[in-house]
Amino acid sequence: MSNKMHIKLNVNGKDEEFLAEPRELLIYTLRERLNITGPHIGCETSHCGACTVTIDGKSVKSCTMFAAQADGKEITTIEGIGGPDDLHPLQAAFKEHHGLQCGYCTPGMITRATKLLEENPNPTEEEIRFGMAGNICRCTGYQNIIKSIQAAAAEMSAAKEAAE
Amino acid sequence: MKDEVTRDERIDNLKGMGCSRKRVEDARFTQGKGNYVDDIKLDGMLFGDFVRSPYAHARIKNIDTAAALEVPGVLAVLTAADLEPLGLHWMPTLAGDKQMVLADGKVLFQGQEVAFVVAEDRYAAADGMEAVEVEYEELSVIVDPFEALKSDVVLREDTVDENGKPTDGAHGPRNHPNHIFTWEAGDKDPTEEVIANAEIVAEEEMYYHRTHPCPLETCGCVASMDKVNGKLTLWGTFQAPHAIRTIVSLISGLEEHNIRVISPDIGGGFGNKVGAYPGYVCSVVASIVTGKPVKWIEDRMDNLMTTAFARDYWMKGKISATPEGKITGLHCHVTADHGGFDACADPTKFPAGFMNICTGSYDIPTAYLAVDGVYTNKAPGGVSYRCSFRVTEAVYFIERMIEVLAIKLDMDAAELRRINFIKKEQFPYTAALGWEYDSGDYHTAWDKALKAVDYDGLRAEQAQRVADFKAGKTRKLMGIGLSFFTEIVGAGPVKNCDILGLGMFDSCEIRIHPTGSAIARLGTISQGQGHATTFAQILASEIGLPADSITIEEGDTDTAPYGLGTYGSRSTPVAGAATAMAGRKIRAKAQMIAAYLLEVHDNDVEFDVDRFVVKGAPERFKTMKEVAFAAYNQAIPGIEPGLEAVSYYDPPNMTYPFGAYICVMDIDVDTGVTDIRRFYALDDCGTRINPMIIEGQVHGGLTEALAVALGQEIAYDNMGNVKTGTLMDFFLPTAWEVPNYETDYTVTPSPHHPIGAKGVGESPHVGGVPCFSNAVQDAFRPFGNTHTNMPHDHWRIWKTANGLGLHD
Repeated sequence: MSNKMHIKLNVNGKDEEFLAEPRELLIYTLRERLNITGPHIGCETSHCGACTVTIDGKSVKSCTMFAAQADGKEITTIEGIGGPDDLHPLQAAFKEHHGLQCGYCTPGMITRATKLLEENPNPTEEEIRFGMAGNICRCTGYQNIIKSIQAAAAEMSAAKEAAE
Repeated sequence: MKDEVTRDERIDNLKGMGCSRKRVEDARFTQGKGNYVDDIKLDGMLFGDFVRSPYAHARIKNIDTAAALEVPGVLAVLTAADLEPLGLHWMPTLAGDKQMVLADGKVLFQGQEVAFVVAEDRYAAADGMEAVEVEYEELSVIVDPFEALKSDVVLREDTVDENGKPTDGAHGPRNHPNHIFTWEAGDKDPTEEVIANAEIVAEEEMYYHRTHPCPLETCGCVASMDKVNGKLTLWGTFQAPHAIRTIVSLISGLEEHNIRVISPDIGGGFGNKVGAYPGYVCSVVASIVTGKPVKWIEDRMDNLMTTAFARDYWMKGKISATPEGKITGLHCHVTADHGGFDACADPTKFPAGFMNICTGSYDIPTAYLAVDGVYTNKAPGGVSYRCSFRVTEAVYFIERMIEVLAIKLDMDAAELRRINFIKKEQFPYTAALGWEYDSGDYHTAWDKALKAVDYDGLRAEQAQRVADFKAGKTRKLMGIGLSFFTEIVGAGPVKNCDILGLGMFDSCEIRIHPTGSAIARLGTISQGQGHATTFAQILASEIGLPADSITIEEGDTDTAPYGLGTYGSRSTPVAGAATAMAGRKIRAKAQMIAAYLLEVHDNDVEFDVDRFVVKGAPERFKTMKEVAFAAYNQAIPGIEPGLEAVSYYDPPNMTYPFGAYICVMDIDVDTGVTDIRRFYALDDCGTRINPMIIEGQVHGGLTEALAVALGQEIAYDNMGNVKTGTLMDFFLPTAWEVPNYETDYTVTPSPHHPIGAKGVGESPHVGGVPCFSNAVQDAFRPFGNTHTNMPHDHWRIWKTANGLGLHD
């Protein structure tokens, strides 16, 4: 196929530019082309959320979106959320409250949870369960994931109050 | 030497057994730095993918690969004809059968691997798959195992002689071309006699439906043949990397020392990643053919349609009792649908796995079990999904039979359990079907559980609810699900457990570094169970070095000692024991070094938390750290330098964790919607190494149990089409469907395990499925229901309610 498209993305603050076939899926672009392997492939039907990234401020499942559809957009993956020296409170809370086991869903979970807490800084348990229902975990039974998100929400709210 | 640190502080510093140490694995996972198989990239790596059969049973008349080879980016297309000269078109299964690697003449199930396309990337491989032309001639399809045993259609021509008569199978005579084996345990005639003469007999038939482990990461591998050095490296989602190395060696002819198998991070296993799949073989062959590394990763549809299913047991039971409720006999017959090839992951001597623990937690004097394995046109490869070799089926069977018997006796099911439990003083207890249970205290656990939920109060509330329902005041019923289970884990003793003839010991090798840190390597491999955290805790308590100073490494056959891997809750019972035993070898040598340094006799020092102390003189001691340094820098007469040890541990027996679960569920009769109001889970896994991790395992196992009991099924139509090939149709619960669980515990250590630990990861699944199912069925008990089959999705529950006239 030769009908390649010119695509520009900004991923985790870095500009990327390349030619891709129209059928190239965004998860493939991230993982194979840009070596960003935090987002994982789990189901390829948008059900499991292992591939969740943030695009222009919204949670998106990158396994069912074409790279071409993301042209010109800003993308954040788990790699852009926090590193060893500047952990996001959610990353710290998932460890503290045993919110992960095999770790395969974790990048998608944390990426989604960052948006959830932006949209709703003090969610109830029910709101967390509903807001995270697009991300499947096969190991934890969710209880400790919810605990982790609640703990991070409390910490982030306290930090915000202290700053004000 | 003056010691400023108290003994309690020294214990805390170790972060040893009993401490909820935070997981050392989490840093890489929370930051997107995990290293799963699909993250592996090698120079020039190719991608392989399968052309799969659209039919469940068909003869292959022709495969034309010419057009596929013209597709840009496609380098090779392998078919059975290419594998045959290498002797690789069929491979041995774990169950003594053999299985086509690529379809050889015919296909036996939908999705079966027909050709392997190797291309520069996934897209080119997909284009190549489209271009492979396969001509099929459809054959009659059998999806019902009972029909298979009556049918004239011979599914496997290789299992009959020239007259069409079945040849003997790996497990004895076969009585029909589509019959695989009959396996029996217990005493047939005495059991049937007891049941024939009993005053009370309850009978039930139940189907434990076909389901699938469905870990979030699918199966896959990367094969890289280095022809210059003659070395093959194989990375993959392997729950048993050493066994895979041996299998690859046996079928490829490559010597085992030239094969390195690596399991990197694994995104959940649950039994799905124990077996050997055609993708592994084809990737290895493709790497040899092309001279380049080849990656193969399943997509979700491949995973659900073709990699090892679980369950599919049709069970028929009879249970007899005295009018007072004392059980006298149990009879069980199973028709087991194994699909196109018998590729079940069971110990060789147990073709039906540990189904023969189906007497459960009860003192049943006489019992008999027979299992018939059957070929059908479904995917092969039965795995013990989050359980130890069919114990899930066994526990479901007995926990349903108890409920059915309670109905027959018009008795409370909790009380019926209590009066039949094996008593504490009966352990070690030899069950009627042969296994020796190591330890247990069932009555204490049961009483604690019933009290915790106010069982009597719940029954009173339920009775009121039934009255209100009958009076038209509510449309919701209330079910109380009970389950008491005994697991059989820690496979296992080499005398009776093996896969492919490999005895199921496990191993640990420890190296202490001069500065008092250490690395321990094990034959197991974590798939999320937190081995790097808990095994270090075992070792910290055994050798007195902080867990934070101990690295645990698994999954690389070039460095780890030979072991049989992680499944069947065997890591803690077997490799955990090996770890403790290797630690004790280190300690024994360290004690001699410490005695030399302290200038006393070996027997005059004793180990205390993190040091060796001169008996009667607590101020005279050498810490393990000091001893480690001395082992490398001092010439000690009669003692070799260094501080290392290895242990290969063959457990004397299995371990038998147990638990008591209670579920309170509301059911909307008009919609069939279930609402789990409460779930209480008491687990006794013996000594608890890391309570935080145990609790996490319980939450996860219960959630997988909920899925199986309430909606998850691999379903086929009559043509053998898989109706549940994506997550749109195959139920995986989300945070929205799952309740909060209350966890609790008792501690009954295993008497034969070095640290008394029994294993826990599968218990909640094994005990959870009957608990959820019993809750649904208990809700309908007052209206005459005795048994309905899982999965209890809303539609089936609605149908039950409708059948009982509750919509009239």
